[in-house]
Amino acid sequence: MNGNMKDASPKKHVSLSLTEDEAVNFKKKSQLKEVWRRMRKNKMAVVGLCIFTVIVLCTIFADLIVDYDKGIDQNIEIRLQSPSAEHWFGTDMYGRDMFARIIHGTRYSFVMGIVAVIVGITIGGTLGAVAGYYGGIVDTVIMRIMDTVMCIPFMLLSLTIVSALGPGLVNVLIALMLSMVPNYTRVIRSAILTVTGMDYIEAAKSCGTPNRYIVFKHVLPNAIGTVIVQATMSVGSTIIAAAGMSFIGMGIQPPAPEWGSMLSEGREYMRYSPYIVLFPGLAIAFSALALNLMGDGLRDALDPRLKD
Amino acid sequence: MLRFICKRILVIIPTLLGIIFIVFGIMALTPGDPAKVILGEKATPEAIEKLNKEMGLDKPFLVRYVNYVLDLLHGDMGNSYRSGREVSEEILTRLPTTIRLTIGAIVVAVCLGIPLGILSAVKQYSFFDIAGTMTAMMAASIPAFWLALLFILLFALKLGWLPSNGSESFRHYILPSLSLAIPTSASLLRLTRTQMLETIRQDYIRTARAKGQVERKITFRHALKNALLPVVTVVGMEFGFLLGGAVICEQVYSINGLGTLIINAIRMKDIPQVTGSALFLAFFFMLVMLLVDILYAYIDPRIRARYQTRSKK
Repeated sequence: MNGNMKDASPKKHVSLSLTEDEAVNFKKKSQLKEVWRRMRKNKMAVVGLCIFTVIVLCTIFADLIVDYDKGIDQNIEIRLQSPSAEHWFGTDMYGRDMFARIIHGTRYSFVMGIVAVIVGITIGGTLGAVAGYYGGIVDTVIMRIMDTVMCIPFMLLSLTIVSALGPGLVNVLIALMLSMVPNYTRVIRSAILTVTGMDYIEAAKSCGTPNRYIVFKHVLPNAIGTVIVQATMSVGSTIIAAAGMSFIGMGIQPPAPEWGSMLSEGREYMRYSPYIVLFPGLAIAFSALALNLMGDGLRDALDPRLKD
Repeated sequence: MLRFICKRILVIIPTLLGIIFIVFGIMALTPGDPAKVILGEKATPEAIEKLNKEMGLDKPFLVRYVNYVLDLLHGDMGNSYRSGREVSEEILTRLPTTIRLTIGAIVVAVCLGIPLGILSAVKQYSFFDIAGTMTAMMAASIPAFWLALLFILLFALKLGWLPSNGSESFRHYILPSLSLAIPTSASLLRLTRTQMLETIRQDYIRTARAKGQVERKITFRHALKNALLPVVTVVGMEFGFLLGGAVICEQVYSINGLGTLIINAIRMKDIPQVTGSALFLAFFFMLVMLLVDILYAYIDPRIRARYQTRSKK
């Protein structure tokens, strides 16, 4: 932050003709750059970002990397093979190529984790922002409801919702998403509360700035850091939760190559071919690890004061 | 103090009613006819309608909710659609297993996570700290159910040291508790470390050092007490997380606990059983959070003082 101020003051001096809009853009850009610079210095975060990029590329280009049919077509003759040049991760009990299944599996748990968090945070964020900004009775009502929902453990709530809706990709997504709304509401409400207590919000209010403008132009941009960090960190645990649901047969149904259901299918065969449970688990762990590393790095980069 | 505890216990009642409303509401959305589940696919429409009436399922949602709460006050959670036995009976026979598993896991997680977290913070940037935080980062990303599979593979199938399924003896609980505890202990380690580091930078620690206090006493007397406060809350929250994790872990180790009961009930669309079990777990979690709050009031002099001055007025 300090570096920013130093940069900004001489510039302002030179080009007094900067319009307000340009000034805002200028500041935003340099702040982003600063965050990126700090994040790049953090080796662990860079490792996380690399793993994340690889997984995202696998998700997008899965069909180009390996044929989907290879992971679906059953061929008993080559069942339970160990990793080889032809089948990099071996084959499962139906002779399906594990590599193909893992690569195409990115399109399930990994994508589900990200989508659930984005939607969950949008809903929770809106509720939290409304509760935090308006306060009073609105705040009390929203937070009482959220506190009640939070008394039900996350996994239990998701399971209950799935049991009502029935298993399947969309239903698990809805269940995970709804279960995390209370948590986001709470986090974002407190982030908003911190910001609304600041002097510059009071200044904006006393100038007669409309509420809508204050929320979107002043409060949200300043609270967004907390939100981004919280989101990145929770994608990891959501991926694990999504895989867990499929593992107990409540999520995506076989033969879809979902990592959790691959683990549960392979369980009975792991005695003879451990690879069958090794690779899907590694895939889940690496996806979660990448996002956790990135979340940690982002937190330090966005708020250097927190860095130990 | 008593005022605080009483107030906290009174808050439980509306929360519990809310939880019942939510769980009951979600389960009421379940498509499919319960009477059909009980009587089978071949039942006549008349018989289904009759049974629905008998069970009061033709009444509006709110009436059913109030009836459920009133029955609950008499300790009646209804009968399981499948086995016909009382829901509460089914739960109580399995509850001890799940609680033993969860408590075992939380004890291991606390014993591993907190001391290692303190050590990491005290020896910041040492080899131990870097290795510890990196291992914790990885351990926090591992799904407990996968760890459970790997443990079975290694300790039960390859080495044959420990049993891989069942819940008959203490030995049966070792692997399940460990696999549940490790991801949790990793997050406790990270939290304890951050809290300790933050506390060590406070002015009162500098004062203690300046007056020549022994470093060990500073760590344990001055820093630890203050750093552990948020950790206590998180341990309570993790308990809920572990209860959920136990549901999945029980599947891996074929433990006949509450988790297995819930999952089977979900598969069979046994609504009273699912509602009852979910309520029980949520209630149990709430009790743990109540305990945490009371404990908090005892160890945090600020909360204690607030209630003392208030009662004097």
